[in-house]
Amino acid sequence: MTGYILKRLLSAIPVLLGITVIVFLIMAMIPGDPATAILGSYATPDNVEKLNRDLGLDKPLVAQYFIWLGNMLTGDFGTSFALNRPVLDEVLERFNATLILAGTAFLICSVLGIIAGVVSASRQYGFADKSITFAVLLGISIPSFFLGMMMILFFSVNLRWFPVSGMWPVYGDRNLWVLLNHLTLPALALAVVATGVIARLSRSAMLEVLRQDFIRTARAKGVHERGVIWRHALKAAMVSIIPVLGIQAGFVLSGAVYIEMVFQWPGVGRMLVDAILKRDILLVQGGVVFVAACYVLFNIAVDVAQSLLDPRIKT
Amino acid sequence: MTAFFRLLARNRLALAGLIVMTVVVILALLTPLLPLADPDVTDTGNRFQPPFSEGALLGTDHLGRDLLSRLMWGTRLSLAVGFAAAIAAATIGAAIGIIAGFYGGRTDNIIMRGVDMLMAFPYILLALAIVAALGPGLLNALIAVAAVNVPFFARNIRGITVGIAHKEFVDAARLAGLSNARIILTEILPNVVPVIVIAMSTTIGWMILETAGLSFLGLGSQPPQADLGSMLGEARSALITNPHTSIVPGVMILIIVMSINLLGDGIRDALDPRLKSGALSRPMAATNVDRKETPPAATGRGLLEVQALETQFHVKNRVYKAVGGVDLHVEPGECLGIIGESGSGKSVTALSVMGLVASPPGVITGGAVRYEGEDLVGAPYRKLRSMRGKNVAYIFQDPLATLHPLYKVGDQLIEAIRSHRPIGKDEGRKTAIELLKSVRIPNPEKRISDYPHELSGGMRQRVGIAMALANEPDIIIADEPTTALDVTVQAQILSLLDDLRRSRGLAIVFITHDFGVVAQLCDRVAVMYAGRIIEEGTTAEVLENPMHPYTARLMACVPELGEGKRRLEAIRGLPPVVDKLPPGCAFADRCERVQDVCRQGEIPLEGEEGRAVRCLFPVTEPPPADAKPAQSQEAAE
Ligand code: SF4
Repeated sequence: MTGYILKRLLSAIPVLLGITVIVFLIMAMIPGDPATAILGSYATPDNVEKLNRDLGLDKPLVAQYFIWLGNMLTGDFGTSFALNRPVLDEVLERFNATLILAGTAFLICSVLGIIAGVVSASRQYGFADKSITFAVLLGISIPSFFLGMMMILFFSVNLRWFPVSGMWPVYGDRNLWVLLNHLTLPALALAVVATGVIARLSRSAMLEVLRQDFIRTARAKGVHERGVIWRHALKAAMVSIIPVLGIQAGFVLSGAVYIEMVFQWPGVGRMLVDAILKRDILLVQGGVVFVAACYVLFNIAVDVAQSLLDPRIKT
Repeated sequence: MTAFFRLLARNRLALAGLIVMTVVVILALLTPLLPLADPDVTDTGNRFQPPFSEGALLGTDHLGRDLLSRLMWGTRLSLAVGFAAAIAAATIGAAIGIIAGFYGGRTDNIIMRGVDMLMAFPYILLALAIVAALGPGLLNALIAVAAVNVPFFARNIRGITVGIAHKEFVDAARLAGLSNARIILTEILPNVVPVIVIAMSTTIGWMILETAGLSFLGLGSQPPQADLGSMLGEARSALITNPHTSIVPGVMILIIVMSINLLGDGIRDALDPRLKSGALSRPMAATNVDRKETPPAATGRGLLEVQALETQFHVKNRVYKAVGGVDLHVEPGECLGIIGESGSGKSVTALSVMGLVASPPGVITGGAVRYEGEDLVGAPYRKLRSMRGKNVAYIFQDPLATLHPLYKVGDQLIEAIRSHRPIGKDEGRKTAIELLKSVRIPNPEKRISDYPHELSGGMRQRVGIAMALANEPDIIIADEPTTALDVTVQAQILSLLDDLRRSRGLAIVFITHDFGVVAQLCDRVAVMYAGRIIEEGTTAEVLENPMHPYTARLMACVPELGEGKRRLEAIRGLPPVVDKLPPGCAFADRCERVQDVCRQGEIPLEGEEGRAVRCLFPVTEPPPADAKPAQSQEAAE
């Protein structure tokens, strides 16, 4: 197993390099002099000179890329001029908040989605199945940012159950209870679409599996229907559900950008949008590379989970 | 194609989606002609008018602009941008995919590597990076959304192209000396376009949502121009005080995306042939029962008695009579063979006993299955479950498909026991090892932690047998357990079953299409054809003096008993389809002794106790064998 994980990690290196190349190429599309673009209103001659020295902006593109890559490998993602702070520090702090939000949402959508899919499949064409199918359709059609706004309106303003926005109260203690209180609405709003997609795919994966011979065997040996569905069928269906979870994690991470805007959540998505509007190029660059790299690593974890589940995968 | 549209039309939700979408598109197209207020004229004195106020049906926004007008113009813009992004993404993606798929080799490799890299991004990061480089703006947002979706199209279209690039008509075009560009344009593209269109139609909703999202973030359309996303984004600051300014554009996005999703689902369902046949139905825990007549009274014959069993498959409007009135019984310790071609109903008969026929589409429509006199057809599920594996156990044909692929064989054995009585961990392990030992699996201590795919076919079937033995049942129903195995392994499994039967006093119902197997194992045999028993008797009687012409033909096909390769299919003609059974004898069309009376009405299964045939002109009269019919057989040939 360790060998397999190592192998997968090694195979991620070209992907990670590819990500840096793509981000670098996109950033190279910026029109005009890069130093001035990066510095914006901070473009004093001194700053321009320093930046050129640090990033090699006066050198050819290829050399620039390797300087940038080398810097990142030593943990130097550059400095955000707008924030006057190292990019990596800011990204790490913000990513932490995103991780809490997206991680919770991912947990919610995985658990609820799979349960809904299994229930739907095991009661095919029944009332539960039809209600779930309809809810799923609604869920995957509603834009998460609009849903988030409506949730604020209803649960925060009308019912006053949850705070309107933010991750922490402006005053007062920062404990788990307070965090959960702030987290509930954004995490739910973020989870809805992915829950729908996962429910849908789980349902069809279950229907596919339930027709297979080993299900009949389980029934023939007297396994209770509950065990047939939740042990035999679900375990086999997980083989096709897990990759979907990996893909949906990417969508949850993407959706987090909107939800962070709606709920004023101090995450990396809001940071990126702010940075784009302020033309804080280095912050965008560093943030995108960092989050994309984390996503690649997460997908390796998904592959490992898959190989743990399915002994037929050669490790 | 017309069938496709008919299917789409039958899906009412998809139709509703289509209608709503059409209305929205038409309204968006007509917007410039409608008598609407100017969407960009601000009137701060009239800001935040509620809906249904004078002069503003949906109210006004934070600058006093007419919301209805802004909604219509915004919808128009959002739709246009979404469609444009979809078309751009589809065109570029398809071009990349076709080139990769058509040229293959290195080109393909490099392109697809790049595509994989792009897909390694959560899509919004890529979009944000592009917008960051190009600067905020509607056109740049469009470019970003299109670019992000290019890999999806490239990958799909490449797959299709690879399939087409190796078809004969492409090879023919190459031989004819056409240039690659010509081939792509004239041979590949026409075949790929429908796929592109369908992929596009299912992603347009998504594109509209994404561009709206970027605008919502303030990265798309810039004021005063507004699409639905930026309307929502601008309204956000007034969400609590004036929610209607948010709800109006938000609901519109919801309506558009939902109708497109409905339509997309309809298209997908219409294209998926499995849904057409309804084959994606999940089998229930027990076969449905729908008996019109009260079952026959118990006769007290045998440990297990099947009486006038009828099992049908109801698919759409057709009824397949898989089992059309079968009577069987097994005594304790006896081995009964059921032999027949595939489709003769032998397996369905066997599965009906414990309600294991897949349902839907299977329905037991008549008869009774009695275990120690008690009728199991229509018994509550709880009752059936408690008997499955405990009183009547099954062994199935292909153990690779019938064992769970993701559980260790030891755990599957323990589960079989645990389904009927609680058992501790250590005891379970010990019992599992003993079970494997009893089916002569070497090194059982190690084998219990193997997965099914790690065992050989013969070993797997031994596991299947061990599982059937786990709860010491009285009866084992073996449904072609040796068919998937090669001849030597087959012989081993058969002798194992025979030993187990003798040492444990098991009754075995052995389903097979192989007379050799029957001869080796069975005390009595029933021959099935088109869902009914056509001959039965002791194995010796049936094998030596077959009475039904069908059995006789089969025997003639099997010169040497025990040769596993001899299959019943070796007989001329095909058995009748069981949804259109002819009146009279089902074998008439293949029979060489057929007379007119054979086709006129029901032919009963007649004979003395235990030896019977369903034929008006049997090959041999019931013993002693008579010379005359044998002559007439020669005459018939
Ligand atoms: S009943 Fe007639 S047609 Fe049928 S098997 Fe006998 S002889 Fe042949």
